[in-house]
Amino acid sequence: MDVNKDSNQKAWLLFLGCAVPYRVSSYEISTRKVLAELDIKLVEMPEYNCCGLPIDPIDHEMMLILAARNLTLAEEKGLNLVVLCPGCAGTLRKVNKKLKESKMLREKINSYLKETGREFKGTIEAKHLLQLLIEDVGLEKIRSAVKKPLFNLQVSEHMGCHVTRPTGAVDFDNPENPEALKKLIEVTGAKYVDYIDKSACCGAPIAGVNDKIPLQLTKEKLIHVKDAGAQALITVCPFCHMMFDTNQPRIERMFNETFKIPVLHYPQLLGLAMGFSSEELNLKGLRVDPTPIISQVSDRAEGK
Amino acid sequence: MSESKPRQKEKVEPEREFTKATSTSSEEPLSDMTKDKTSERRGSETASIKAHEFDPHFKHEISNFHGGEKLKQCFQCGTCTSDCPIARFSDSYRPRSLIRMALLGLKDRVLSSDTLWLCAACFTCTDRCPQDVEVASVIRIFRNIAVKRGVIPQIFKELGSNILENGIAYKIPELRLKKREQTGLPPLPKRNPKALEKLAKETGFLKKLKGSG
Ligand code: SF4
Ligand code: SF4
Repeated sequence: MDVNKDSNQKAWLLFLGCAVPYRVSSYEISTRKVLAELDIKLVEMPEYNCCGLPIDPIDHEMMLILAARNLTLAEEKGLNLVVLCPGCAGTLRKVNKKLKESKMLREKINSYLKETGREFKGTIEAKHLLQLLIEDVGLEKIRSAVKKPLFNLQVSEHMGCHVTRPTGAVDFDNPENPEALKKLIEVTGAKYVDYIDKSACCGAPIAGVNDKIPLQLTKEKLIHVKDAGAQALITVCPFCHMMFDTNQPRIERMFNETFKIPVLHYPQLLGLAMGFSSEELNLKGLRVDPTPIISQVSDRAEGK
Repeated sequence: MSESKPRQKEKVEPEREFTKATSTSSEEPLSDMTKDKTSERRGSETASIKAHEFDPHFKHEISNFHGGEKLKQCFQCGTCTSDCPIARFSDSYRPRSLIRMALLGLKDRVLSSDTLWLCAACFTCTDRCPQDVEVASVIRIFRNIAVKRGVIPQIFKELGSNILENGIAYKIPELRLKKREQTGLPPLPKRNPKALEKLAKETGFLKKLKGSG
């Protein structure tokens, strides 16, 4: 039962969600690489289901049930959840907190879960990858795993709303002045560049209803990122990544702009600093060509 | 929504309009970009309110849901709208207006407004509201009630049915599952859609999806 015994590796249950296995596998590939390097053991999560967020707009109660079911799977294993998608992470954290706090709600949700032989008990935690890196791995440990500091790189972040918002429910970092990803970027040796409206939403969640508004929001952010002189943008959300990376060529065409800003998942950046090759981190899986970044990194290696 | 339409029609009309309004294509000229073709414009949302439209219970109804408790504390400062990323680029989506309409009791207007479905749930408004109104949750409550009236945008029907079929919101093509393993990833964990279907029957979610709301 206790996977943590007899090992200096800490085990976490990996919640993959929907978007990552559907379209954003480089995020998963690079996450697995860097977490193993940091002595985090990932345990697969059979029987998991969608966190519930996509159907919250149509049925809040069903969202609660879907999230709670996932939480019970983790409780059964006695493991905390590490979550790649901020939407899933926010949902699981919020629901976990609500169900732990409200007996009434817990009993109601449990009355449904009982039908499938499950019960929410409130014994585990769910965390987004960033939160795990900051709170459980720690910057010191990450710093000592950096073998090839990325001193030649200058990057910006787009963290994604649900890592920090809504404040009271998620309880991590400060959405008005986020620091988690900044610290994690600086630890790789890369220079961190700030830009206007850094914590503003990219609009991805409504892309299925209206794609124009998200494209405009993303375009605006790319302009700010470019003006700030960043060579790459770092994300930790599969949906934000699709907006900035997958849609970047489309945005360039639509608005007659040229960005060519590679968009890396944070674990890809960290992985480069750890000395993983671009193949190992699946950098070729990115839409916007990351070659300029890779050559910066390898230039340094050769100059050594 | 035109007010002269017979009452029964209101149930189906919003959804049809919704689908029409959102069949966006990238081929459309740029000049149209900032105009989402929703039926309501900002001006007309508050124009010519008829006495019979007021439902004084609506705000209480909303306050009874989780997340709606603080609705009545809104003092219309406009922070939510001015900080809303969607409102920046939409000429019709205004969270403050939706809140105000709800407080006035304009239930039908709120629930049939296409703009309701434009909220990105970024929670900026919820975080910044000086009166602690959970704006994003209030909008989610509006949507949930609209669904009970039979209004479900197509995309949410798809996501919902995918979840019940696959356990997750997307159907992942075989090819991609094979590719996972080629790139050294472990096979995607099995899901248990049967358990979900059972839960969906129990809660009435299944019925909602089928649109019999
Ligand atoms: S920010 Fe809060 S108080 Fe101000 S208009 Fe919006 S809901 Fe009302
Ligand atoms: S949660 Fe919705 S209404 Fe609030 S700021 Fe974000 S998009 Fe606007």
